[in-house]
Amino acid sequence: METLASILSELHPEVDFSLDHRLIEEGILDSFDIVTLVSEIDDRFGVVIPAQELTPENFASVRTLYNLIVKLKEN
Amino acid sequence: MGFTTVKFALFFLALLIVYYRLPGKGQRAVLLAGSWCFALADGWRSLLMLLTTTVTAWAAGYVMGENQSCLGGKKARAANRPWMAGWTILNLTVLVLWKLCQSETASRALAGGDMAFLTRGLPLGISFYTLQAMSYVLDVYQGKVEPEKNFLKLALFTGFFPQLVQGPISRYGQLGNQFGERRDYEKKQVSFGMQRMLWGSFKKLVIADRMAVAVTALKDPQYTGGAFFLLTLFYAVQIYADFTGGIDMALGAAQAFGVTLPENFIHPFFSKNIAEYWRRWHATLGGWMKEYVFYPVSVSAPVRRLSKAARKKWPGFGKRLPVYGATLVTWLATGLWHGVTPNFVVWGMLNCLVIVISQELTPLYRKFHSRFRWKEKGWYGGFEMVRMFLLMNLIRACDLFPNVGEYFRRLGSLFTGFSLSDFACLDQLGLTALDYGILLAGVAVMAAVSLVQVKQGSIREKLWRRPVLRLALGFGLFLTVLLMGWYGVGYEAGDFIYNQF
Amino acid sequence: MKKLAAGALCLALLWLLQALLMPKYMTSTPEGAMIREYYDSAGDHNVIFTGDCEVYENFSPVTLWEEHGINAWIRGSPQQTIWQSYYLMEETLEYETPDVMVYNVFAMCYDTPESTGSQSRREAYNRITLDGMKWSFSKWKAVQASLTEEEKQWEGILTYLFPILRFHDRWAQLTKEDVTYLFHRDTVTYNGYLMQTGVKPMTEAHVTAPRADYTFGENSWYYLEKMAALCRDHGVQLVLIKSPTLYPAWWPEWESQIEDFAREQNLLYVNMLEYQQELGIDWNQDTYDTGLHLNVYGAEKASRWFGRILAEECGVPDRRGEKELSAQWEQTIQQYQRQKAEAKEETQ
Repeated sequence: METLASILSELHPEVDFSLDHRLIEEGILDSFDIVTLVSEIDDRFGVVIPAQELTPENFASVRTLYNLIVKLKEN
Repeated sequence: MGFTTVKFALFFLALLIVYYRLPGKGQRAVLLAGSWCFALADGWRSLLMLLTTTVTAWAAGYVMGENQSCLGGKKARAANRPWMAGWTILNLTVLVLWKLCQSETASRALAGGDMAFLTRGLPLGISFYTLQAMSYVLDVYQGKVEPEKNFLKLALFTGFFPQLVQGPISRYGQLGNQFGERRDYEKKQVSFGMQRMLWGSFKKLVIADRMAVAVTALKDPQYTGGAFFLLTLFYAVQIYADFTGGIDMALGAAQAFGVTLPENFIHPFFSKNIAEYWRRWHATLGGWMKEYVFYPVSVSAPVRRLSKAARKKWPGFGKRLPVYGATLVTWLATGLWHGVTPNFVVWGMLNCLVIVISQELTPLYRKFHSRFRWKEKGWYGGFEMVRMFLLMNLIRACDLFPNVGEYFRRLGSLFTGFSLSDFACLDQLGLTALDYGILLAGVAVMAAVSLVQVKQGSIREKLWRRPVLRLALGFGLFLTVLLMGWYGVGYEAGDFIYNQF
Repeated sequence: MKKLAAGALCLALLWLLQALLMPKYMTSTPEGAMIREYYDSAGDHNVIFTGDCEVYENFSPVTLWEEHGINAWIRGSPQQTIWQSYYLMEETLEYETPDVMVYNVFAMCYDTPESTGSQSRREAYNRITLDGMKWSFSKWKAVQASLTEEEKQWEGILTYLFPILRFHDRWAQLTKEDVTYLFHRDTVTYNGYLMQTGVKPMTEAHVTAPRADYTFGENSWYYLEKMAALCRDHGVQLVLIKSPTLYPAWWPEWESQIEDFAREQNLLYVNMLEYQQELGIDWNQDTYDTGLHLNVYGAEKASRWFGRILAEECGVPDRRGEKELSAQWEQTIQQYQRQKAEAKEETQ
């Protein structure tokens, strides 16, 4: 979870990310960030997020994103 | 049958009355029949293409659904892949072929022959419902929506008449279920819908169609420099009023039937950067492209491999390379969707270029803004909006010139031959001082309405409790459209020649 | 109730706006005001003329009254086509049943709306004839018949039912005239006759280029036959005439077709071109535009002669004995003579 937070901070140094920060609703993440995130996650967690999982629900907060990674890793 | 025709008004009112008067389950069938008549009014080709897309999408969805329930999981996915891919390739090919047939070369080649019907314009709504149906098929494939067994519902999703003219592009998850149940007459919905249609016709008839006269005149090669600046400005007004007006009428018509279509314009000229602009201008197309082109491309295996290789070589830029690659593909697709001509490809690439540049400059901006605290000042936001507006105007003008060289010649003249005296051409464009006055006032009204909506929310909602004011404003707007609308023929009987009767 | 009142108010406002925006045709192009003048005095005419400028410029009902006691009205308008004349006749029969309807056959040469000229020209003439008509089924049919296939869209037809759709942008050109004549119009004709007092002699013969085909079109025949049937059904005698002006040319080929038709239908057809001598028209004195139309002096001569035909051959009654009608005519005649005298003074 911390790794994830640090990736996000690299993307947006001006935002202070807490766990339940609403990333999409507050307009912090745009589509560029999402794609960058996906490749960073691939790099650091070895998890490939497929296109159909790129939904506002999955990227809603650090927590939901973490849950997604855990779920994908289990499969 | 355009939205601002008498035929449409009669069609709309008749359908509305039958729709709400009909008891029981007939409502949906009436709406579908009406929608198909609307397509048919544009010719057999239009109805036939709509039916083809609808039936094939329904069938593909049905088969994929059967597979999902029999095989489940990964097996179903593998079995469904050929259906999904086959449907997509087939429908995209058909769309591209139709678009290609509209080119001059194709028209000349097919002229007079049995296939000449292909060159007589695109079938109504094909660019829109192809994307809609495609999103349905892809969503079913990915398990985002349940396949629709009810043909009527799917047929309404692809063929619901308000969206056939110029969108918006809906998704099945958002629109499909709205055709699920009976809707009883609700005065507020119908009234709101009609109010919005009136507002749309104001934008279209009073502003867009009037502005179009000057825009057409300014396309003449003699107008360069300052006159080209005017063209970009006028075209911005025309296309905004035309497109948002059309969308207002589509969304208003849908609302009168109790159906909510997605918003397509979210006050785009208040955008401060290009990414934001494209989230707010033609939002449903941008959203579609993001979901079905940008994301899939950017996370696809080849791009991921490319990205890994690039990272090793250029640690900073390499990270962003897949994003830029996907952006390029997305804008190529967006450009081609608008028209299969070089200028739309160039237009897409220009947008892509500006996006990439502004992304690359982000760190620089951050540094700049941490030094100079302008961003916190009120005027800076306004400056950003104006900057964005002017930049988008320059890019947008590319639509107007099928000959790309000509576009760049004019664009160049803006920097080499700009002179304030070029504005003197204003009185040669076919509009009178009065027309410019009406346009100026119209633009002011549109801007004021946008501002109020952004700051205080729905104006219609505010007026709902004040019937007298609502009636006065509504009737006033109606009179404005009636008296100032750009329609009909000019009056010539006054100077007719009195001879040989 | 409140809603009803609000709706009525809006409609009233629209109606008022329409009245304001319509051209009034008072200070210029008075031809546009002629058709609507009929309704105020409809009901008791013995003869109704229809047709183009060759009727409303070449015949003076005042002379018909003075010389023969004939109570006539001319429902003419510029470039009135045969379908318009037909529907004007049909409409007239809703108001009154005259003894005789006179139709000038020149417009037979215009077979379709397309053949009457450029779109803007045609539109101007259609307006002048149709906008003056009251709402009626005849008007609706006249509009349908007057529009080309291309113009026959809802948009096009509706502009004739609700002319505000046509003149909606005239608000920038409004003048005092539009306010003055908001609710009424001055009388511009004498029972449909538009007086022209100028004199411009015919100095040379007008030449009309010959045609490739002199056969009248199917549509023209259709309406002429309808006209004959309509009059027969209503017990009205239809009289066909060719007005006595020389130009545009009336071809012998046309003449024989009309003669044949009149014979078949047992109608009276009078080609006044053949009676130039008897009429006594002097082409140096009796035309205001070098022979295209007659001026008031010519029109009086033509009416004197034609009135005799109406009285003797058609049996139109002499009504000079009727007191009320005579008094009415007296007023018209006074005004008529005044205008004539004023014009004479001006020229001297």
